[in-house]
Amino acid sequence: MTDDTILSVSGLSKNFKAVKAVRDVSFSIRRGKTFGLVGESGSGKSTTARLVLRLIEPTSGSIRFRGRELANFSPAELRAERRHMQMIFQDPYGSLNPRMSVRETLIEPQLVHGIGTPAERIQTAELLLAEVSLPRAALDRHPHEFSGGQRQRIAIARALATNPELIVADEPVSALDVSVQAQVLNLMRDLQDRHRTTMLFISHDLRVVQFMCDEIAVMYLGEVVEQGPRDRIYYSAAHPYTQALLASATGKRDGKRARLKGEIPSAHAVPSGCAFRTRCPHAFERCALEKPAIRDLGLGQKAACHLLDGQAVS
Amino acid sequence: MTVRTASDSTPTAQPASARELVLEVRDLSVSLRNADGLLPIVTDVSFSIAKGEAVALAGESGCGKSITASAIMGIAPDNAEISGTIILNGAAISGLPHRERRKLCGRHMGFIFQEPMTALHPTLTVGRQMTDTLRHNLGLSHAAATDRAAELLDRVGIPRAREILKGYVHELSGGMRQRVMIALAISCGPSLVIADEPTTALDVTIQAQVLDLLDEMRREFELAMLFITHDLELVGDFCDRAVVMYAGDVVERGRAADIVRSPAHPYARGLIDAMPRHGDQRARLTPIPGTVPPVGHWPQGCRFAPRCSRAGKKCTVRPPLAVHIRSDVRCWYPLKVGQ
Repeated sequence: MTDDTILSVSGLSKNFKAVKAVRDVSFSIRRGKTFGLVGESGSGKSTTARLVLRLIEPTSGSIRFRGRELANFSPAELRAERRHMQMIFQDPYGSLNPRMSVRETLIEPQLVHGIGTPAERIQTAELLLAEVSLPRAALDRHPHEFSGGQRQRIAIARALATNPELIVADEPVSALDVSVQAQVLNLMRDLQDRHRTTMLFISHDLRVVQFMCDEIAVMYLGEVVEQGPRDRIYYSAAHPYTQALLASATGKRDGKRARLKGEIPSAHAVPSGCAFRTRCPHAFERCALEKPAIRDLGLGQKAACHLLDGQAVS
Repeated sequence: MTVRTASDSTPTAQPASARELVLEVRDLSVSLRNADGLLPIVTDVSFSIAKGEAVALAGESGCGKSITASAIMGIAPDNAEISGTIILNGAAISGLPHRERRKLCGRHMGFIFQEPMTALHPTLTVGRQMTDTLRHNLGLSHAAATDRAAELLDRVGIPRAREILKGYVHELSGGMRQRVMIALAISCGPSLVIADEPTTALDVTIQAQVLDLLDEMRREFELAMLFITHDLELVGDFCDRAVVMYAGDVVERGRAADIVRSPAHPYARGLIDAMPRHGDQRARLTPIPGTVPPVGHWPQGCRFAPRCSRAGKKCTVRPPLAVHIRSDVRCWYPLKVGQ
């Protein structure tokens, strides 16, 4: 691990009673980079995000944030550390306090973390608003007076208010229309360039993830099946699930689209061996018996599939 | 229960001329009456769908695509004032009284909604919902309707159809629910199917399966399909022709492939440039500045002009929907091919 690593997750698991929502997830993110978690419903991507912020407690595994093990933080230390990790949610309608003006919304996180004097906090709020391209007049308004895209800008400004090292964004543009989505995505990229913020970006939309992320992990039923640099994932996907996901999202109606059979199994009944085998076009006997280990394919790419035996580099 | 047969239904079959148009919408306008008077929601929408053809009605939230669909279905809200003509299989249905319109649903028009959980009945078994529809519209006996329902479920790829018929919608996954809705929509042999964002709520891999199924059904039964969506990429993949709407107006109408590849209206161009694409190496997307104007606050003249980089002097006057190179465009300064 170099000093540049902001977040490093290893062997992370979370059980909700009998349901293993997240199983043995490992990844790390370097400063200023955006790491994408992509997957369908039940893949565990949002649970992983919440674990990383310790909004929920992991069953096992380690989360190192800025070089320290998050599990060892006392509640008071954790509260203080939250200043460095902020979250942006999908629903800009539900995530802003409707009774707070924009000014109060942007001052509150600073107040909570004891940042600045009252005058400085107001100044920061004004600067943040300018950063997300909202007029100064917005300060005295309330969330209901804004459109969905503008609310998401406010949520981004709030996330930046404590000048965090890490922002976890969970489906931040999924509720927005295409023309507005582009504005918000551009804004997030600009701000990240400017502040060198590290980002964990969660989305079901492969096109958005491709635009936003430097590295990507593809999740299926609580596990990472493949991860690596963006272009490796998009142009030389090794795992059959990644390949199918890409084909579903980008395919044309020419009959060549690789279709997955069946449905995503319930998290209560994860298949034995490889969790993907019930839908995999290439599944064979071994897949039901033995869980494939994650293999290093070189150039930073890793995938967990028996078909890759012999292709792995050691 | 009254038994209805195909012959007593209102739209008469037309001679197989003029490409066998199933649906024609001419100058459809919808306004909502409120305390302040009439609020226009959709203005002068015209398009047609031939047998076996899929036509997209595309645009962002608030463009009027869903209210257009509900006006065609005859389920617009009570305070809606509707003008224009809707012709189904050669017969005008827009002037029909509410009761007569209702009779067309199911038998002649099938519907697929975005959220099957709200469109299907939660406390009736899947079988009951399907057999009621079949018995009511086709006059089948209970036994015949049950057999037909099982066949339909089987046809849309639902395993163990007989068992599923006895179950409830909440026991099914999202993809399976949508399959049930497709089976219901096609159950009485309609000529037109209206699908309102049918795959938006589904996971990517399931979405692909459901789109394939809809495509198959369209080909097999030569259905005319109105496909309402916000996703232009889907339009290019799935539809023959497209109608793009903005702020209650049709802004472009033509072949889907042409519009997606080389749109003539600056708004359609803007939508395409705003989307991240597969293989996108752009450092920035090209957003459309501003936001969609809310209903009641449409600009005078061209409604897109305040957000348009090509806007000029003429745009204070509302442009007509005029024939351009390959499509019909409502713009004074349309883009050339490949521009």
